[in-house]
Amino acid sequence: MLTAHWLYGITGCLVVALGLRTALLHALLLHRLIGINVMGAGVFLMLIAVAYRGPGVAPDPVPHALVLTGIVVAVSATALALALARRLTAEQDDE
Amino acid sequence: MNLDVWLPLLIVASSLVPGLVIFFLKEDSHGTRTFLNLAGAAGKLVLVGVMIWGVFHQHNYETRWTLAPGLDLVLRADTLSVLFVTLSTVLWLVTTVYAIGYLEKSPHRSRFFGFFSLCVSATIGLALAGNLFTFVIFYELLTLATYPLVAHRGTPEALRGARIYLTYTLGGGALLLVGTVWLHVIAGPTAFVEGGVLGQLPVEYHGQLKAIFLLLLIGLGVKAALVPLHGWLPQAMVAPAPVSALLHAVAVVKAGAFGIVRVVYDVYGVNFADQLGLLAVLGVAAAITIVYGSLKALFQDNLKKRLAYSTVSQVSYIAMGTAILGPIGTIGGIVHLVHQGIMKITLFFAAGNYAETLGIHKVSEMNGVGQRMPATTLAFTIAALGMIGIPPIAGFVSKWYLGLGAIEAGMAEWVIPVLIISSLLNAAYFLPVLYRAWFCRPAPAWPAEHIPAARYETAGALLWPPVVTAGLALAAGLFAAAPYSPLEWADLIAQREYQL
Amino acid sequence: MSDTLIWLFALPLTGAVATLLLPRQATALANVTAVATTAVAATLLHAVSRQGTLSYEIGGWSAGLGIALRADGLSTLLLMMTALVVLASSVYASAYFSKAAERARFWPLWLLLWTALNALLLSGDLFNLYVTLELLGLSAVALASLGGKLAAVQAALRYLLVGLLGSMMFLAGVSLVYAGYGTLDLSTLAHTVEAGPLAWTALALMTAGLLLKTALFPLHFWLPPAHASAPAPVSAVLSALVVKAAFYLVLRLWLDVFADLLTPAAARLLGVMGAAAILWGSWRALRTERLKLLAAYSTVAQLGYLFLFFPILLAMPPGPARDAALGGLVILALTHGFAKAGLFLAIGIIQQRCGHDRICELDGTAQRLPATTFAIALGGVALIGLPPSGAFLGKWQLIGGAFATGQWLWVLVIIAGSLLAAAYIFRVLGHAFGNRAYPQSTVTVAREEWPALVLTGTAVIGLGLAGAPVWQLLGSNA
Repeated sequence: MLTAHWLYGITGCLVVALGLRTALLHALLLHRLIGINVMGAGVFLMLIAVAYRGPGVAPDPVPHALVLTGIVVAVSATALALALARRLTAEQDDE
Repeated sequence: MNLDVWLPLLIVASSLVPGLVIFFLKEDSHGTRTFLNLAGAAGKLVLVGVMIWGVFHQHNYETRWTLAPGLDLVLRADTLSVLFVTLSTVLWLVTTVYAIGYLEKSPHRSRFFGFFSLCVSATIGLALAGNLFTFVIFYELLTLATYPLVAHRGTPEALRGARIYLTYTLGGGALLLVGTVWLHVIAGPTAFVEGGVLGQLPVEYHGQLKAIFLLLLIGLGVKAALVPLHGWLPQAMVAPAPVSALLHAVAVVKAGAFGIVRVVYDVYGVNFADQLGLLAVLGVAAAITIVYGSLKALFQDNLKKRLAYSTVSQVSYIAMGTAILGPIGTIGGIVHLVHQGIMKITLFFAAGNYAETLGIHKVSEMNGVGQRMPATTLAFTIAALGMIGIPPIAGFVSKWYLGLGAIEAGMAEWVIPVLIISSLLNAAYFLPVLYRAWFCRPAPAWPAEHIPAARYETAGALLWPPVVTAGLALAAGLFAAAPYSPLEWADLIAQREYQL
Repeated sequence: MSDTLIWLFALPLTGAVATLLLPRQATALANVTAVATTAVAATLLHAVSRQGTLSYEIGGWSAGLGIALRADGLSTLLLMMTALVVLASSVYASAYFSKAAERARFWPLWLLLWTALNALLLSGDLFNLYVTLELLGLSAVALASLGGKLAAVQAALRYLLVGLLGSMMFLAGVSLVYAGYGTLDLSTLAHTVEAGPLAWTALALMTAGLLLKTALFPLHFWLPPAHASAPAPVSAVLSALVVKAAFYLVLRLWLDVFADLLTPAAARLLGVMGAAAILWGSWRALRTERLKLLAAYSTVAQLGYLFLFFPILLAMPPGPARDAALGGLVILALTHGFAKAGLFLAIGIIQQRCGHDRICELDGTAQRLPATTFAIALGGVALIGLPPSGAFLGKWQLIGGAFATGQWLWVLVIIAGSLLAAAYIFRVLGHAFGNRAYPQSTVTVAREEWPALVLTGTAVIGLGLAGAPVWQLLGSNA
């Protein structure tokens, strides 16, 4: 019985797997970073699927809060990574 | 202040605290450093005197501190610990005086005397250890405190010798640790009890107990220089003479031998050890070492190396005494702990005097030195004759008891030959040295005359220590039957061990 | 008394903001904050030793919706270690950074790191753990990149990517737990978790993520370059505290929350990885040319010892033997924290004096700095596990536990590791002995050398001789 939340959940797992693959196997820094962000998106999808509590019932707000927090964390982390990447290219150009 | 609780700790502290202070002294504060050293040694002597009196009258001195559940640090004064503590204290005092003279112009004296004091503190702690856990702690601390002393000169040879020393002793320490933990798991906290506690364990543990004994023996045998674990000892001769004197007479080598005595008598119990066949193993190892050490000594031209191999051989007399079942053999081994210490330290002091005064390092350079340095050479002679076993010097007493004990225990067939062979070999490598020193014409010039001939043959601080210790060696033999002599004390220990 | 829990991370957070806004007074503000926070940690230690576990619900919302803070014996001990190490390193850092611009960047990140550490140790809620874990990782990376040079930035970037990977896996595990049990509170989960594929997958994901962050072999590759290129106080805290935080989480999950699911095979896997870490880390430390790399590889090895406890702990039934072993684990972790921090601080002093940290050229410097060399010696003694350090007691428990549970093969690994550690430590200490007499004053730069001495002294003498209370505090684990 392929209801929506199962679809979300399984897609989430697949997205995590894809992101993991990119993060581990690609050599370019930017690709790896995007891979990690994709992993994050996958986990958020899983969390949203978990929030489903049945037809007609309001979804569980706790996973939603988790997803929002997670997005904030992911954005900060990506920002730091990009700042470091820029410094890396600057240092490499100096050499 | 309850003296029963604090006395063992105070005795350790009497060298630990001055040592820590000395580290911070400026290099040229000669007077303060000397004062701290000698005050600590004198203070320790007084405290030890109190302890001797107390233990003789069955006082119970014990300091106990819990480090972890089931693991107590215990410092306890029983007859055996008193023996070793007294030896260490008296010889430390003498060696301190000698070291002050010997290192007169060397750099890094504060560091040297700091670690020197730490070394003695570790030895005292080891002597006073009331259980195997405490013993292991101080055993490793001794390794740590002696490494900087061996490496003191900082030359590549010194560092190499120190590295070899460390490899052997840390390896031995690791095996000792494993054996002790294993014993703890089987038998609980192993306090030292006269007569041993392990005999009460059920039979299925006997195999493990034999394996544990082997581990402990190897671990202790490294420091006690049992063949083939003795390799570090000749290499450690790069250290300054006071260090060699201390290491070979008091601290490291004796610690290993002392440990073997403790394990056999106060952990396993001598009767139980005999039952498991462990005394036979110990006896064989001791016999091999005695003969091998003496043989190697024969071929050394470097004086300190010859004395080093002599130590390898002589310390195993203690192990041999331990391996002989029966109170007389026990007395022989234990009293040799004291006697060998006094005699060997005299020999090393003399060797150091020859090196410092005249630049002599080899036996072949010693022709006629008896005319130039009569007092030192007389001390050397007394100690050497004692080593060979000539009465009335202390060494004779130990060998006599060992021989008698072997006959009593029915082990005469192989112990007596070993004793005779080693005594002959001792004569073979000591008598030629004495002949050269007294009866040969000296070479036109000494290798390097650092201290010219004056009213006394050499500096006071270098001269008196060997004379004093030679006198002690003579007295220990002559007055062996007097109360409080090493022999009488060893007798007391044997009585308490065999519950006579 | 439960309010102290809030102050423990509110104080450093306030300090972080204050140092950001007032860069000129940053050093003074930071040191004041450090002292205050340490005082609060001491108060908490005292309270927990009297009353047992303390908890606090933020905002008054009970578990289910609210976030719970919990301080039991284990977390309080680690909090105290954190406070003391950070305090000592702050004093050191006040003298280490000479340029104002460096200081302005350093202090806010430093205090933010401390906030994250304290919050992590106090969290009683899985998602809060994720957030604090991320905060910890980000501030650690930022601090590690302060070294500025190419090597430092590269290492920091690798650290960041590995950390993010680990956090994502952790979060995936958390979401699975929520899917299965509807709660994120640790103590509730401890009662409700049952064996099953969901719980297994969640535990595996979370553990994998945490093992990445705690640099267990073979996932350790990021640690040596990152710790070796960071400024000295940062390396101290990274090696002593940050990797310990991840280890603490593994310990909590395995021993408290998911205790019923564990099999001997799983524990043995951790043990094998730990053994490999000990041998590989010690071997690399022996072969390296640089002091900071030596210390970093030593961290990899020492963490292996901590993981060796797992197969032993899990083979023991609950009782005094298991408590003794757990205490050994904790005291080993605490000793390593103090010793490694002190070691890195001392190495930093040497690096500042001669501009490099190559071991073979150490001679003159080591002999001119007796206090620093002594700090290295003390730290080394604790790392080898010789008495009287706390690590000796921990190693004793480890070997004893191995014999008691019949797993005596670990003993060989432990002995090999200790002997290798002795080899690489004494290789460094050999340079402290030389023939020339240098004019000596025992302490040269007080503000830098005393913290190193105090930290290593605590590891060797403090924890070794006065370590018995550790067991008592752990016993008050409700």
